[in-house]
Amino acid sequence: MLNMRQVTKVYRTSLVETHALRSLDLLVEEGEFVAVTGPSGSGKTTFLNIAGLLEDFTGGEFSLDGENVKGLSDDARSRLRNQKIGFIFQSFNLIPDLNLFDNVDVPLRYRGMPAAERKLRIEDSLGMVGLSSRMKHFPAELSGGQQQRAAIARALAGSPRLLLADEPTGNLDSQMARSVLELMEDINQQGTTIVMVTHDPELAARAQRNVHIVDGMATDLSVEPGLMRAASAPVDGAHDTRA
Amino acid sequence: MIAYYFNLALRSFRRNKALTALMVLSIALGIGASMTTMTVFYVLSGDPLPGRSHTLFYPQLDAEPLRGFAPGDEPADQLTRYDAETLLREKRGDRQTLTTGGSASIALQGTTLAPFRVESRYSSSDFFPMFDVPFLYGSGWPASSDENRERVTVIAKALNERVFGGENSVGRSLQIEGASFEVIGVIDDWRPTPKFYDMYSSRFGKPEQVFVPFSTSRDLRLARSGNMNCWGDSGEDPEGSEALNAPCVWIQYWVQLDTPAKAADYRQYLAQYSARQRSAGRFERPDDVRLHDLMGWLDENNVVPGDVRLQLWLALGFLVVCLVNTVGLLLAKFLRRSSEIGVRRALGASRRDVFFQCLVEAGTVGLAGGVLGLGLAQLGLWAVRHQPASYAELARLDPVMLASTFVLAIAVSLLAGLLPAWRAMQVTPAIQLKSQ
Repeated sequence: MLNMRQVTKVYRTSLVETHALRSLDLLVEEGEFVAVTGPSGSGKTTFLNIAGLLEDFTGGEFSLDGENVKGLSDDARSRLRNQKIGFIFQSFNLIPDLNLFDNVDVPLRYRGMPAAERKLRIEDSLGMVGLSSRMKHFPAELSGGQQQRAAIARALAGSPRLLLADEPTGNLDSQMARSVLELMEDINQQGTTIVMVTHDPELAARAQRNVHIVDGMATDLSVEPGLMRAASAPVDGAHDTRA
Repeated sequence: MIAYYFNLALRSFRRNKALTALMVLSIALGIGASMTTMTVFYVLSGDPLPGRSHTLFYPQLDAEPLRGFAPGDEPADQLTRYDAETLLREKRGDRQTLTTGGSASIALQGTTLAPFRVESRYSSSDFFPMFDVPFLYGSGWPASSDENRERVTVIAKALNERVFGGENSVGRSLQIEGASFEVIGVIDDWRPTPKFYDMYSSRFGKPEQVFVPFSTSRDLRLARSGNMNCWGDSGEDPEGSEALNAPCVWIQYWVQLDTPAKAADYRQYLAQYSARQRSAGRFERPDDVRLHDLMGWLDENNVVPGDVRLQLWLALGFLVVCLVNTVGLLLAKFLRRSSEIGVRRALGASRRDVFFQCLVEAGTVGLAGGVLGLGLAQLGLWAVRHQPASYAELARLDPVMLASTFVLAIAVSLLAGLLPAWRAMQVTPAIQLKSQ
């Protein structure tokens, strides 16, 4: 589903060069639930932005669902992002002046889907996260947990093959976090690949496989035999966090 | 997607009412000022005979004496009666007419209607078909009426209503300066703007109420008015400065030439005519003939007043200031929404989608600005109509200017939206999503 080989990312200014990713290798198979952990500044977010086609990479190879994304135009990357990727953010990122129905509608609009199909998908998605009765509510009228559920519904409405989650429970209390995590596990059970960036070791432990990023390099610490491992050599600071 | 973007624009307006109101007001003020001055300019500089003006020409001959001549001097604006009648007789155009203005008293025998004066015009028969004069009843007079100096008249609709109660008056008798004339035509509503056929009376006034054959008007010595320039003594002729051979220019002459080739031939004819007159000793100055088409003649006469041109430039300058102001406001508005743009980008919006969404929002501001600007333009034109200018009453929005108001408003706002929309589409989603 997601295959990165020797991916590098360098931010350059006139004064300094920052290597956010150094030869990152990672293969995520279809249907996996992978947690990506690492200390602050290790390159987790850069990895997620590149994986989500929100940012370009400097070197290496990256293919998504078998399609090489290197050199794709903005239109093509946007189309790919819209059709294959769903995002869940730490701060939910719902659009405040759209109600839940319209928020979930956003990715479907960019897909050019007919109105009747969009309505059906929106209702299904909000139903799946238990927010059928809140369709006309605005984000500010909901709790943090409900907002994150709405964000998950938005991410799922387009039936993405890959769900990218950035600290999805970071802004939630433990009870809400648990409920959101259970929801993500359900989604994964139904076949959606999930890559989740998190600081939380407890959360990471719920994933099938853990990848640790330190200083821009990844180490695969999965316990699942037969799954692809990070191909890079072990790096200093990598920790075994077998689930 | 346009409908979706339009819907998003309306939501955005509701969210930022004050900022939106400022932008709409900015566009509206620029549009209001521009459309007011542009409408006045449009009315004054318009083509009075669309589709025909290019076939109508105004010849000029230099009949004045050598005394006082300086090389480069323009020939006289009007023709002598002798030249006008000779050109008319020689009929070298597809149609031709000589014409001059005057005034006449009107009365109706056998009624209690008190005599009154109206403006009158003395022309030859081609005046009506050349200038596409619309008739309510009857028609213009034939060429034979000119030759036979018949007492026939064509009257305007307003005069027909005043004297004959609006009935078909063709065949009825009307007293003009005490002489009995037969009404042979009633002109329907007709107001060429400017009144191109005579630049020496009210340029933006209404056409005359009574039309009489020129030859008849000379027979009856009907009073004429307008500009007249004489350079010598008219001698003993009882007609004085209006006599056939009087050294005076006072006749406007128009010729219809349907093709450019005919216009070129006519120019040659005028040059030959001028040379002939010089040989005969009538013309003293070097040959200098001119042949302006209708629009060229209006330009030559600076039919649009200088202050109207100045006002137009000032208003367009003001529109540019409003445009720059709107650019700033739109920029602030769009960039304040960077986080939302980041989310939309993450959810599949391309840069192009963001660009068009912003442009539709800018265009919607323009639409609203156009509606308000239309109101302001109407207010501005109302103020113009209360000015003591000859063209004041003509300052009204017609359908063309009405449509232009919206086209201009939307075009201006789209132009204002280009830079902000371009900046908005450059928003880096990764940074915006992280900074939330």
